[in-house]
Amino acid sequence: MYEFVTGPLAWLAFAVFFVGNLVRLVRYVRGLDWKLDRVTYGTNIAYGVRGALRSIVFWLIPFGTHSWRNNPGFTILVFTLHAGLIFTPLFLLAHNIFLQERWGFSLWSMPGGLADTLTVAVLVSAALLALRRIALPEVRRITSAYDYALLAVAAAPFLSGLIARYAYANSEFWLIVHVLCGEIFLIAIPLTKLSHFVLFFATRAQIGMDFGIKRGGMKGRGLQW
Amino acid sequence: MPEGKLCNRQPVTTLEQLQALLADKGGKQYYEEMNRLEVDAKALWDTIQRTCKSRIRTWLEICTHCGLCAESCFYYLANHKDPSQVPAYKIQSTLGEIIRRKGRVDNAFLQYTMDTVFAKCTCCNRCAIYCPLGIDTGVMASYTRGLLFSQGFTPWEMKIGSGMHRIFRAQMDVTTEDWVETCQWMAEETSEDWPGLEIPIDKEGADILYTVNAREPKHYPEDIAQAAILFHVAGENWTVPSEGWEETSLAMFAGDWEGCRQQVQSVYDAMARLRPKRMVVTECGHAYRATVIEGPYWAGLPTGKTPVETLHYVEWVAEALRTGKLKIDPRKKIKEPVTYQDSCNYIRNGGLADAARYIMSRIAEDFREMGPSREHNFCCGGGGGLNGIGRYREQRNIGLKVKRDQILATGAKLVVAPCHNCWDAIRDLEEIYRIGIRWTFLKPLLINMIEVPEHLRPREE
Repeated sequence: MYEFVTGPLAWLAFAVFFVGNLVRLVRYVRGLDWKLDRVTYGTNIAYGVRGALRSIVFWLIPFGTHSWRNNPGFTILVFTLHAGLIFTPLFLLAHNIFLQERWGFSLWSMPGGLADTLTVAVLVSAALLALRRIALPEVRRITSAYDYALLAVAAAPFLSGLIARYAYANSEFWLIVHVLCGEIFLIAIPLTKLSHFVLFFATRAQIGMDFGIKRGGMKGRGLQW
Repeated sequence: MPEGKLCNRQPVTTLEQLQALLADKGGKQYYEEMNRLEVDAKALWDTIQRTCKSRIRTWLEICTHCGLCAESCFYYLANHKDPSQVPAYKIQSTLGEIIRRKGRVDNAFLQYTMDTVFAKCTCCNRCAIYCPLGIDTGVMASYTRGLLFSQGFTPWEMKIGSGMHRIFRAQMDVTTEDWVETCQWMAEETSEDWPGLEIPIDKEGADILYTVNAREPKHYPEDIAQAAILFHVAGENWTVPSEGWEETSLAMFAGDWEGCRQQVQSVYDAMARLRPKRMVVTECGHAYRATVIEGPYWAGLPTGKTPVETLHYVEWVAEALRTGKLKIDPRKKIKEPVTYQDSCNYIRNGGLADAARYIMSRIAEDFREMGPSREHNFCCGGGGGLNGIGRYREQRNIGLKVKRDQILATGAKLVVAPCHNCWDAIRDLEEIYRIGIRWTFLKPLLINMIEVPEHLRPREE
């Protein structure tokens, strides 16, 4: 079983992840239509690029926009969650040892303490974001079971990873659960709204071009996000 | 009844149809017919498949339901943070649902959708700049209005407005003759006081082609006279077109895209005919949005720009002040606290916040920004056609509270509002809430403050 989930299933998960995200991006861009969207993406390119970059960069900076600044607690949770989700699996020592063994290469590995901290931070921020969905009426109204399910899908590899590392350190069962959770997460990204993993950049670029080309970007100093 | 006599899926294209609608006071029969209007689900789904591409579909799909859009929406704030006023909820429960059901929705659902995208959203686009994913609910509400229009579900006044544009190429029944006569009348009357003042009509090759909002010839002809005085004092070589003079677009509010195209094409045709160097649009927000920002796309212009460079009136005033064409008498600057209403259409969606600030720095001694201001300012409450829709008057009036509180917080009693819709909304909020403010366009203010060269001075001076 372990060989299967870390072998063919892992290949499948990575294939769906990489190909799926690429397909999502390509389909998004191909579906843009200058007449329907009313944005001249193909002309006024310099304004478009400027608008797109500003739109992405300011939103990638914690407290870089009015909206992030207006919601400091949420901003901290969101950035913590995403930093943990992205950096922990990439730079975890155990993952890199595994990569070296199986595929003959590895990335830089972060100290174990930092990895543990990030993992706990992911779980805490995911839990608090779930509570926020319950506590705030304006969020509760738009929240569905799907939203909680996706939070669970994102948090599961981290919870199972902690269990596999500390609670049942020699348990193959928990290791398999952890790998499966990771693979479900990878597969879910392109197939669900977790596709904002790549589509964040696409939609931010689009609205940046919209304001940068058409809605004032050619006249003003650029929208102050 | 598949379609009604007044409420149906056909746009108004004849005077007879228009008069029948106008005769139905308050749209009584129109809305009764709407209750029985059948939904053409197949046509609805066909339209969606043809026009709803990756931008809107992705917005609807990847919205993470974080709720950050809530506080960006003045309706949410004005309605005691009612969760059903959260922009994400409003659009997911209407357009999102229509798409999920592949267009198979009933009459009641489309009426709910109409009530939502007209009475709970002015398409101010403020939520777009507060969403981490850049989701513009205003754009989607506007798109939804287009779907509704194609199905006959549009407020009575919007059906009339779109018909006006298709018949008169103006939002009101102002004919070419009416317009030309009004200009001639204003020129004649004003030149009695301002020697040499003219309102040149159809002058070819002028530096400025000036275009207006149909309300001006219809209800406020003095606005045209004021524009003429300011151009006269500034020494501009200007003209107005006899046809293609109307900038506004109730068709845009209605979602009648073909009506929008016809309207802006009439202005672009005037540009082609008269070959002006530039065009200046009167103090109107949605007019500028329609003809300058969105219009080139409706007309299929691949540059995304109007055929000749176009300025909003605030840009022209800022330029005239900067170049000294208009000079302000320092003794006549506004002494009292004064604030400025940033229009969604030419500030947030047009990038002209700095031009407005420059003007205020030149004409006011105690200018006070609203909070928030510039691109982040709240809608006046009357945008998106809301000022003119009787069915939604109560919702509009509730929405005005946010602007009321913003104005009160500045401590100013005078509001400069160079936008017809903002001007109306602020007038109405004063009428309803009685906070003791005054509101004004720029033109009357400037006329009282400019230095007039000796040879141009009014006769009575």
